Amino acid sequence: MTNPNGRFGIHGGQYIPETLMNAVIELEAAYNHYKDDPEFNRELTQLFNEYAGRPSRLYYAEKMTKDLGGAKIYLKREDLNHTGAHKINNVLGQALLAKKMGKTRLIAETGAGQHGVATATAAALMGMECVVFMGEEDTKRQALNVYRMRLLGAEVIPVKTGTATLKDAVSEAMREWTSRIDDTHYCLGSVMGPHPFPTIVRDFQAVISKEIRQQLKEKEGRLPDAVIACVGGGSNAIGSFYHFIGDESVRLIGCEAAGRGIDTFETAATINTGRLGIFHGMKSYFCQDEYGQIAPVYSISAGLDYPGIGPEHAHLHDIGRAEYVPVTDDEAVCAFEYLAKTEGIIPAIESAHAVAHAMKIAPEMGRDQIIVITISGRGDKDCAAIARYRGEDIHE
Amino acid sequence: MSRIREAFANGKAFIPFVTCGDPDLETTAAVVRACAENGADLIELGIPFSDPTAEGPVIQGANLRALTGGVTTDKIFDLVRDLRRDVTVPMVFMTYANVVYSYGAERFISTCRQIGIDGLILPDLPYEEKDEFLPLCRQYGVDLISLIAPTSRNRIAMIAKEAEGFIYVVSSLGVTGTRSEIKTDLASIVEVIRGSTDVPCAIGFGISTPEQARKMASVADGAIVGSAIIKILEKHGADAAPYVGEYVKSMKDAVRG
Repeated sequence: MTNPNGRFGIHGGQYIPETLMNAVIELEAAYNHYKDDPEFNRELTQLFNEYAGRPSRLYYAEKMTKDLGGAKIYLKREDLNHTGAHKINNVLGQALLAKKMGKTRLIAETGAGQHGVATATAAALMGMECVVFMGEEDTKRQALNVYRMRLLGAEVIPVKTGTATLKDAVSEAMREWTSRIDDTHYCLGSVMGPHPFPTIVRDFQAVISKEIRQQLKEKEGRLPDAVIACVGGGSNAIGSFYHFIGDESVRLIGCEAAGRGIDTFETAATINTGRLGIFHGMKSYFCQDEYGQIAPVYSISAGLDYPGIGPEHAHLHDIGRAEYVPVTDDEAVCAFEYLAKTEGIIPAIESAHAVAHAMKIAPEMGRDQIIVITISGRGDKDCAAIARYRGEDIHE
Repeated sequence: MSRIREAFANGKAFIPFVTCGDPDLETTAAVVRACAENGADLIELGIPFSDPTAEGPVIQGANLRALTGGVTTDKIFDLVRDLRRDVTVPMVFMTYANVVYSYGAERFISTCRQIGIDGLILPDLPYEEKDEFLPLCRQYGVDLISLIAPTSRNRIAMIAKEAEGFIYVVSSLGVTGTRSEIKTDLASIVEVIRGSTDVPCAIGFGISTPEQARKMASVADGAIVGSAIIKILEKHGADAAPYVGEYVKSMKDAVRG
């Protein structure tokens, strides 16, 4: 889907300071060299299987299916990966690539902390230095993940600028990269930023849809009718969609964080409320005011609390290949509780956005139809925040 | 030849930067006039952006103060219209791609022409993406300024050959902000630039003292200073104009050579 300039339709590109241009050019050259290298792929597959626990399960959610009374529901269990989320797929790929490039230090941004934990994990495994930028607001919402990162040997830098959330962590990581490039790889956590990141991250996450396709073929002998995933920057969603993009019969549905609703200012639903812009290295859709100032966004989910969306999603939206629907905090919290009680699975609050939308559409679909929901991460990290949302003050 | 070349006709150029609307537009107007009266050869006017990824803490702070104070692109256009009644020094806007894109590139760039803005510096618009705005800049006679960084290496000649107005040479890695020492081998970068174009080049990022400015200007055609001026504004607020004027005079004296 990518053209040589890193465009997805009109989206993407490389809108970054000149200081970083040679760094992304070198990254692209290294990636193009290693992506088809048998030795690199053997090492990565071994890390995926032996270390991260792949392939992740495709689980038939029988109770949920019966309860909703419509389409048959499968859960793609990325929450069972090592470190508890899909983020490890991308991080192992990028860390291995960085190591091959001779880099000794990884920097990363993180929202919910899942990408930060995954990066700190890979850095520990590969003997690399690691610095993670995290919005100060998020360090409070996700204190447990801050501790995990430090335990893994990473330095966590709370970012106090702007809204002190994910977008500010991305800005600060980009600033840090411009000051130290030679030994440092910026391990970007989603399918966003300047080319080649949206392509690299997608390729490492595409293992999700590759497995879904194969696993569902074994279990049902057919393709799913819909694949549903949550979208912030959009890495687990593009990973879940990628190998189905050419199959027009498969509905691809991305669930955006609507926060308190898309008719309020407290939302992070980029496709539903944003407009075209240029930010964080890419052309895409962004929540912004009439003068192009990036809007403060809000979601209960720190991992979806981002004012933009990856350029490939923006393109899939433009051409009508994927649908992007808003899911509110309240719907996500209800789905979080529902999946826990119905299937004994506590999903990340991010993933609960996808579960919530499946709960809306499954009853309207036929019993012979199949929905796959990607459970991008596990929800342990969210328990304290959800308890607070329900008025219960628990301390971690 | 655009008016920007005139900025390099009075010996080595001194180029101050100020964020519009920090702390308010009246102060910006007074500061710009003080810069012009005290020998600034070209003035960079910053249009604040919510997420200025190329800026260090000092200019980030100025952006935040300006936006909190309610400054908008339209109000800054009005400021320039007012300044152009008496200020003849070349002026360029420094902002981020989304501020231009979101306003409507043609609407933004044609307004620049109409109000007397000579050039546009967009730190997040590298060589590879300049076609986003270059055709419109050419159409309306606004120079799109190219930046060259310590990491540009094999890219210097390519960028310099197509440069217009002046070349902004970034002195150091990292973001804007004062530095005690600048270690980059700028003379070799400037040498490659001079072999590729006769467009003048000015060095910015990290310069604050007359001594540093003199050194930078001796290597190139001028020196650019931002954060050090914003610090004067931080300290003196609405009364900053005479202090900025005094500082600009000392810096121009230092670079004149």
